[in-house]
Amino acid sequence: MATLFGSGIKRREDPRLITGAGNFTDDLKLPGMTYAALVRSPYAHARIVKIDVSEARKAPGVVAVYTGADIAGKVNGVPCAFNVPGCDLKVPTHPMLATDKVRYAGDGVALIVAETRAAARDAVDLVDVDYEPLGATVDPEKAVQPGAPVLHADVPGNVAFTWNVAGGDTDQAFASAAVKVSLRIVQQRMLPTAMEPRAAVATFSRSMGQLTLWVTSQNPHIHRFLCSLMLNLPEHKIRVISPDVGGGFGSKIPAYADEALVCFAAIQLGRPVKWTEDRSENYKVTTHGRDHVEYVEMCGTKDGTITGLKTTVYAGLGAYASTAAPGVPTILHGLMYSGAYMIPNIKGKVIGAYTSTTPVDAYRGAGRPEATFLIERLVDTYAREIGMDPAALRRKNLIPKEKMPYTVATGITYDSGNYHGALDKALDLIGYQTLRDDQARARKAGKYLGIGVCSYTEICGLGPSQVAGQIGFGGGLYESALIRVYPTGNIRVYMGVKPHGQGEETTFAQIVADEFGVPIESIEIVTGDTEATPQGWGTYGSRTTAVGGGALKMATVKIKDKAKKLAAHLLEANEADLEWKDGKFQVKGSPAQAKAFGELALMANVAWNMPAGMEPGLEASAFFDPTNFVFPYGTHIASVEVDIETGETKILRYLCVDDCGPHINPMIVEGQVHGGVIQGIGEAMQEIAIYTDDGQLATGTMMDYAVPKASQMPRIESHYTYTPTTVNPLGVKGIGEAGTIASVPCIVNAVVDALSPLGITHIDKPLTPARVWAAIQAAKGGAR
Amino acid sequence: MIPVGFEYSKAKSVREAINALAGGDCKLVAGGHSLIPMMRFRLAQPARLVDVGGLDELKGIEAKGRGARIGAGTTYRDLLDSALIKEKYPLITEATNGIGDTQVRNRGTIGGGLAHADPASDMPAVMLALGATFNLRSKAGKRSVAAKDFFEGAFTTAMKDDELLYDIVLPAPPTKAGMAYVSFDQKASGYAIAAAAAVVTRSRKTIKTVTLALTGVSERSYLADVPDVVGTHGDDAELDAALSAVADSQIVNSDIHATAEYRAHLARVAAKRAIQIALGRAG
Repeated sequence: MATLFGSGIKRREDPRLITGAGNFTDDLKLPGMTYAALVRSPYAHARIVKIDVSEARKAPGVVAVYTGADIAGKVNGVPCAFNVPGCDLKVPTHPMLATDKVRYAGDGVALIVAETRAAARDAVDLVDVDYEPLGATVDPEKAVQPGAPVLHADVPGNVAFTWNVAGGDTDQAFASAAVKVSLRIVQQRMLPTAMEPRAAVATFSRSMGQLTLWVTSQNPHIHRFLCSLMLNLPEHKIRVISPDVGGGFGSKIPAYADEALVCFAAIQLGRPVKWTEDRSENYKVTTHGRDHVEYVEMCGTKDGTITGLKTTVYAGLGAYASTAAPGVPTILHGLMYSGAYMIPNIKGKVIGAYTSTTPVDAYRGAGRPEATFLIERLVDTYAREIGMDPAALRRKNLIPKEKMPYTVATGITYDSGNYHGALDKALDLIGYQTLRDDQARARKAGKYLGIGVCSYTEICGLGPSQVAGQIGFGGGLYESALIRVYPTGNIRVYMGVKPHGQGEETTFAQIVADEFGVPIESIEIVTGDTEATPQGWGTYGSRTTAVGGGALKMATVKIKDKAKKLAAHLLEANEADLEWKDGKFQVKGSPAQAKAFGELALMANVAWNMPAGMEPGLEASAFFDPTNFVFPYGTHIASVEVDIETGETKILRYLCVDDCGPHINPMIVEGQVHGGVIQGIGEAMQEIAIYTDDGQLATGTMMDYAVPKASQMPRIESHYTYTPTTVNPLGVKGIGEAGTIASVPCIVNAVVDALSPLGITHIDKPLTPARVWAAIQAAKGGAR
Repeated sequence: MIPVGFEYSKAKSVREAINALAGGDCKLVAGGHSLIPMMRFRLAQPARLVDVGGLDELKGIEAKGRGARIGAGTTYRDLLDSALIKEKYPLITEATNGIGDTQVRNRGTIGGGLAHADPASDMPAVMLALGATFNLRSKAGKRSVAAKDFFEGAFTTAMKDDELLYDIVLPAPPTKAGMAYVSFDQKASGYAIAAAAAVVTRSRKTIKTVTLALTGVSERSYLADVPDVVGTHGDDAELDAALSAVADSQIVNSDIHATAEYRAHLARVAAKRAIQIALGRAG
């Protein structure tokens, strides 16, 4: 039988998803269902003087109206679940509905429940709230300066934490360095923009005392756990179901007040309650990403050896500490300051800042894109400073494969990799020297061509649970799989992870089909129902295949071990004399004496003739905890041309060489790279969430927030190297975030390179034509 | 994104639609791509919505004398598919290709977009450059308004609340004219930060006549008077000088996407490039 591992078969989930036959949370209709809508603060920061809901309560179709006062004492606040150690993290109370103060435009003030969605929406306009506006503070750097309006009485100066990372003797390295370069970098705030907005449907069985919540979640088990805390309901009385989920990019990791309020209302009313965001609400209240202001420095020798890196980062958290927020700009960011390089001396300081804005949490890459960006911008700046080719400088400083596994100055150990191999392959494939020659000719002709290189590594496949505990993550990071083989030989596989677009319904089935020698059609992958699936921790941090796949592989081994023993018994052969061949256990040298998987499934399930002491059935579960994170890596190269009359950038070529170990499904890997690269190009070129000084989101719709469109994106040339990891049974590394991590600095480096003849050394992303043009005007003004 | 409640009816005739308008607090809808989003944001809250999208009387493109007539209910898709438009008014085809996406073009109508009068939409500039006339109907009768008198401000036209845009009449284009539309789009909305529509005729190597209209620059699309362009060869330096004041008559918009300075600059570049391309296409 042909092996499916390594085969780019089409995604099994796609027919239903692309024909509108998917089953999303908002598709659910339950008898007696009611609809919820939130009254949300129009102000960024204001005292609530009075809330009058009397008109709303009287409105046609309205079932109930709840304010913060109505729910006080009945529910708890929204928790933060990443208690980063070794810093003074302050997590202020995050009430589900504001009572005394609102802290961002969109903060919930009242919940309306009505017979129809329209009636709920109409009643929102009938709630009369008196606000006394207080000053807004939207910029993470300014928010922690003296005099900024303070959001939380128990968080002086809006400082959520100050977190430090250090390795080597950085002060000494800088003091003695021949070359020092520095940049101020703004990592703009991003709107994750999952295709499907968030939604929740809750129903409560009074007879059973059981809550069922359908919710757009990347991690239903975490939602169950956090709902238990928020609602004072024991975990075994909560069932969380995430049906088809249309993307998340990190924004569907956190627990949200609105989803918990829907549960609360369902419990109170004894009727199902549904709530679905529209896109404007999604942009206003679903977590945002990035939002750093960074002061970064690199030092090195005149011949291009990096000797030190120093950062001071102001990381905006928004109004409250969202579920994973404190871990993103610290653990997932600061520990990666060495990038793909040998940097012996590293010192970083991250100041978390509460601002009167929508909470910020993980967004595709979560902390690593920001780290990679600052490193890769510094590397290019350093190369320019000493007149060295940026690719050559990278080659000189990349960690050589002989040194793997390699422990960087921040203390983490990279598992494996041939960084030079990926760099050289990318340079070779794109014809780097030819591009540089073209660039030189173009410059003489008055054209502005640029070449950008980014060599990256990233930390993913989160991760060992022991480390999760050490870094303050409020859960485990192992994964689980349960395989249930039916008498007919058909199989259901229950996974703790929750893919929401990444394609593991296909890749997991490929693994199982190969292991058991059965057709893929006989396998069903089940995810997203806490009642059915074993405890898992969800899909994020490019961990689903690396960790979940490991659990799945282990479970298949258990099934096969049992099947082999049964086959030996039925064949009256010695187990040691059996081999697995062509989907059968057969006696070595005697292929006629064989038992196929399907036959063993039947015999195990009917149990007519079991070996002594063997339990009936063919079912196994496994929990896999990796020994380390995984570190995919690669090099991306872009060439661009900038029209200096208009500031418009055209991407001429985009080529990537990525290494995520062996590919289970190369088509899906390529899809993940393409999606990631495009999301990164969006960040580099056009996406930015803008708050006005008074805390209004000025990019609150897709008319103003520029999610990339296919017509705006270049062709992507995808290539690979294949270096397996040893930390999981499949040897695979995550690839969900790599493209987003690599492409942002790659593009910005290319544009800055194009404009370097004008003396331009940095432009803050996104590189919209307006910003690029302004930088050109400023440079021309400076030259004059 | 749920609008305030409203009454909806499908008009069986233009007369019925006009009568409904006369009753007050009523908006017409055809493709719905401008009005419905406004209603979903509750920025527009009409009590009644009358659907004229199904009226054949409002659809169609036909030759009229040496010019053409376009029914207001004609979709962008029908404009793109029209051989007559492609041959005589390629400017319309070029601009229409950049409107929305396939789905929008399949449903959106030229009349709906023009009556909506978004100050950054493409078609008003095209209509100005082509010298279109808009025929309006109401219970009180019929009247015609030239494109140059039609666009009064942002989302504001010469139409009265009770008037329906019936059709658009285009005069014959100048003999052997070249036409071009150049738009610098805002990446999110696709609307123009600045865009220019140019109709150019040539006399041997120099520009003989030019009609230039701009959109996206200010509160309304406008015709720019650029006499110094005539007689030039269309070189960069000549046009940079001749077009330096192309936005000076306007209060130039400034927003999160473009400062007034940048937008005015793009208006000059769009005008220059549109004229150069049109010159290259002129016979």
